[in-house]
Parts: sequence; C-alpha cells; structure tokens
Amino acid sequence: MVLIDVRDITKIYPLGDIPLTALSNVSLTVEKGEFIAIMGPSGSGKSTFMNILGCLDKPTSGNYLLDGVDVSTLDRDLLAEIRNNKIGFVFQGFNLLRRTTALENVELPMLYSGIPAKERKERAAAALKTVGLEGREDHYSNQLSGGQQQRVAIARAIVNRAPIIFADEPTGNLDTKTSAEIMELLVELNTGSSITVILVTHEPDIAAYSRRVIKFIDGRVVSDEAVVKS
Amino acid sequence: MINIPSTVKISLKSLMVNKMRSSLTMLGIIIGVGAVITMLAVGTGARQRISEQISSMGSNLLIILPGSTTSGGARMGAGTQPTLSLGDVEAIQKECPAVAFVAPVHNGAAQIIYGNLNWSAGVVGTTPAMLEVRDWPLSAGRPFTDDDVRGATKVALLGQTVVNNLFGAVDPLGQIIRIKNIPFTVIGVLDSKGQSPQGQDQDDTIYIPVTTAQKKLFGTAFPGMIRIMMVKAKSSDDLSAAERQIVELLRQRHHIAAKQDDDFTVRNLTQIMQTAEQSTKVMTLLLGAIASVSLLVGGIGIMNIMLVSVTERTREIGIRMAVGAKTWDIRLQFLVEALTLSLIGGIIGIIMGVSGALILSALAGWPTIVSLLSVLMAFSFSGFVGIFFGFYPAYKASLLDPIDALRYE
Repeated sequence: MVLIDVRDITKIYPLGDIPLTALSNVSLTVEKGEFIAIMGPSGSGKSTFMNILGCLDKPTSGNYLLDGVDVSTLDRDLLAEIRNNKIGFVFQGFNLLRRTTALENVELPMLYSGIPAKERKERAAAALKTVGLEGREDHYSNQLSGGQQQRVAIARAIVNRAPIIFADEPTGNLDTKTSAEIMELLVELNTGSSITVILVTHEPDIAAYSRRVIKFIDGRVVSDEAVVKS
Repeated sequence: MINIPSTVKISLKSLMVNKMRSSLTMLGIIIGVGAVITMLAVGTGARQRISEQISSMGSNLLIILPGSTTSGGARMGAGTQPTLSLGDVEAIQKECPAVAFVAPVHNGAAQIIYGNLNWSAGVVGTTPAMLEVRDWPLSAGRPFTDDDVRGATKVALLGQTVVNNLFGAVDPLGQIIRIKNIPFTVIGVLDSKGQSPQGQDQDDTIYIPVTTAQKKLFGTAFPGMIRIMMVKAKSSDDLSAAERQIVELLRQRHHIAAKQDDDFTVRNLTQIMQTAEQSTKVMTLLLGAIASVSLLVGGIGIMNIMLVSVTERTREIGIRMAVGAKTWDIRLQFLVEALTLSLIGGIIGIIMGVSGALILSALAGWPTIVSLLSVLMAFSFSGFVGIFFGFYPAYKASLLDPIDALRYE
C-alpha cells in the first residue's frame, strides 16, 4: 500500500535576485511499513524534502499525496491537523519543552487533538513504557540524559498513533552506544508496530539500520536502492 | 478543534514557569487598577459629602435677601436696606403656588447663659415653617407653634452644639436659659446636621419665634422687618417658577415701577451647590482618567513582556506547531496568558485599591466610597487591556513559520 506518493516536486526559495532551487522534479513513492534513510551532503535538499514530506513546508510545484490525500495545496491549519494525527517527528536536538515533565511532553500532541485528560495521561504513560522510560514520567526533560530525551521525543512521535515517523538526524547529538540503542528502538517500532520510518542522516552506520537508502545531490535523487543486509 | 480547558492549562503552566516575570508584569496592572479604584473612591466620597451637605441645607432652597442702600452714590452690600417684612412672608406662602414653605430669618449673635456656663451662638428668629424649609427634625421636645409666634413667647429650640456646650449630661428640655439676659424655656432640641457647604457648624444655632427676636432681642429698624427669607420650592422643577412668582409678587408688594431695579435678591442655593457637585464629578472623572493612564501603561507592560515571551519561546512555538497546534491554538495560548496576567492583576489591584481607599479614609480623614460600578469597570477594563495588548503578540506568535521556529536558537 502506497503511503507517500511524491510527484515532480520542485522547491524554489526566492532569495534575492537569484532564486535558489532546493529541489527539482523529485518523484518517489513509499510503501507503508518501509524504513528509509535519506542521505546526502549538506545543501543537497534532503532537509527541504523532509520538511515537505513532514507537512512543515509546501512545494513550489508538484503534488504530494499522503495516504491518498493531496496535501500540497492544504492551508496551515489543515497541515497542522495532518501533522497531528499522521506524522511523528524526532529531531536532532530532541525539541522537548523545557521545565516540563516527560509525561507532559508526550501528552503534547494529544492536547491539540482534543483527547480527554485521563486518556491523555494513560496513553502518554503507555508510550513512555514502550520506549523504556517507565518510572521517569515525572522527570523534567532537562533532568534526563540525551538518550532518554530522545526516547521521550520518540514516545511523543508515536503517542497519537501516527503511521509515519520522520527522524531528522536523530542520533546527531548522541554517542555511539546511545545512537545504537535509539536506532534499535526505531527498528523495533518499524517491525513491531509497522510504523513507517523515514530517516535523514549523513552517517552510513546509521543509514545501515534502514532497508532503503535514497541519496540526494543538488536537489535531485541520485540513487534509490535497497540495503543489502549482510 | 480548539480545546479551551487545555489551552488554559498550558497558559497557566507557562506563567507558573516564569513566576518572577509574571508577577512583575502583573504589578503594572495591579497599580493601574488600584489607582483607578482609589481615585474613583476619593472622588465619589467627595461628591457624596457635597450631596449630603446639599440635603443638610434643605433641598430646593431659595434665599431672599433685602436690597442694598445707596449712600452718597456708594452702593452698599446686599441686605443693607431692610425691605422684607413678615407680610411678605405670608404673601409668598399664600400666593406663590410653586412655593411649599417660606420662613423668615431675623437673627443675630447673642450670649446664652445656663447656670454658671455661657456660650455665644447664632440666634435665629423664625416661624415653625423653618423646620420644613430646612428638612430639620427635632431629636427631642416639640417645635414652637404659630401661637408662639403670634404671642412672641420666650421659647427656644437648641442646636446640638449649643446643647453640648451648655448642658453636658443634663437634659435641656424644660430648662431655662438666658439669651441676652432674657429667660427662655428650652422646648426642643434640633437633630444634628453637621457642617454647611461653607464649613460652618450648622448645629451652633438657636431657633426662637421671629416675633420674639424682633421685639425682645434684636429689634428692627421698622416694625415687622426681617433680615432674610428662606423658601422651599415644591420640587426642583418648580425652583425657577417659584423664583419668578416671588420676584413678581415682591415687586408688586414693594411698588417697584417697571424700570426700577428690584429692592431684594433671590438666590438659588441649590443651584450653586449643584454646580459644586458637578465640578466634583468632573474632578472624579479627571482623577479616574489620570489613573487609567497607569492602567494603560500596565497594559503596554503586558504587551512588552508577551512580545519578549514570544521571541524567547519561538522554539516552543515551533515544537507545538510541529506536533499539530493550529493558528488559533497558539493565538489563544498567548491571549489566555495575557488575559490571566491582567485579570489576576485586576483582582489584586481591586484589593489594593479598596485597601488604599480605606487607608486614605483612616489616615487623611477623606471620605471615600468604593462603588461596585467602579470595581466592575476596573476589572473589565483590565480584562480588555489583557485582550487588547495580548492580541498582537499572540498574532505574531501564530504567524511564525514552524521550520524557522524549530531552528531558532
């Protein structure tokens, strides 16, 4: 089943006199349950592509069908709604709310989908358990280690039962051992709960956890191949 | 879908996180609301005191003064020529339909002796109608009657100040006092009235029948002449009609030709007092307006802090947008924060303002009245300030681009 269908997407930033073309005519499809790594040097357009896939940005031209819905023309609030219930984000810098407990951070997406307080708490606690942070519900985000913070972020990404997780350099701020743990958690969510994971990274080690690697250079897809597991 | 309870919860939480900043922001509103309430209380208190004085003087009051004499080309002051008589009093009572009561005043200062104590007070010769004109009840005893006036009997009604100075704990009723050495029987005590608008002690007075004053105490240049007349019109609407009728009647009675000036003056005291009341009203408004400026400044303080807060929390806004906050979710969050600051500030300000008014009353002795209206007004105004000055920062926050906001350091 096709989850993401990108057709001929172009993104041009009107920077001064010379417009900057970040993406030109990118087309690809992603099946439900895939685990994809997007790679490329900086300035290759991979981040722009992620932002468009994550409904944070809109393409200048082309179409983006997410779960059969063309989202390339939707307004801010409709995009927010799609992010809320279809997409989970995991960022390099964790992006948790400071001076807020782990549980409250995980509750955040549900605050915007009108889920009653009691159910919010239960689901947030369950999500924290899934990522192995049982018992740390009341810790403030700044009291947690980097790896734990990233786990909270993953719990936040899955708590609203989003079918897709976008992970933008999720291990960029973590040491090797913690990186491996986080990647294994993502693999587990991908295989166990059949959540589609799309990962942006420039580390081949991290990309090796995926099953399909797409490489970007100068705003174009230059390679798109399955990872051969040894 | 906007979830109001959780928006409120989010807002309260972020205010709690920045306690110091929130309370300093609130301080602006606290001072503003407090100042508005205290100032309005002072103004309202002053107005109330003036209205009390107006009613203590007697309402719908006209005073008729005799005319001035001319001596060698120099015109003397009003009241120097005795032109008013008891006959005029009776005529006005009978013939002016707009007049409710009219009473003569023939007065002077005199020494009063009771036992071994003496006191000097204003002695007013008048008729029983005086108590009606001045709306002045007795606290004890009985008023003198028309028979007392006809018979020029030596009876007296004492004001509270006179009673306090001469009698102390003794019941004055039935006692004999001497006014200019003439013995008078005390038949009644006037209720306490307090200060006049001019600051005179109205209770430092003695009422006796006008005829007694004319014949036995102060004498008259011509028989039957009196110093002034006090008139009570039937209602405030009748005041000008009463004035017109009196002028017409007195000109006729005094045989004044069409081109000649009046030999008397009619003064509308109520009107003068109403002007004073008006000016206090203006003063109250002015005080309130000045205080409102501080409320406005407090509002600008809120806007300032909210703008800083939006910038400082750009990343938080980005995170919220990324997980699905819509335009109005963000807008409402910041609006509710501003509104909470201003409303809590408003409540504390009301408490401070009311205490400020009480302290002013206690320390400076100013009459202050905190009206419910001023409290409601100040509270709703602070709410309005919160929404008004909170909207721009909230609007700004909601327009942030989620990608830029997430990258913001």
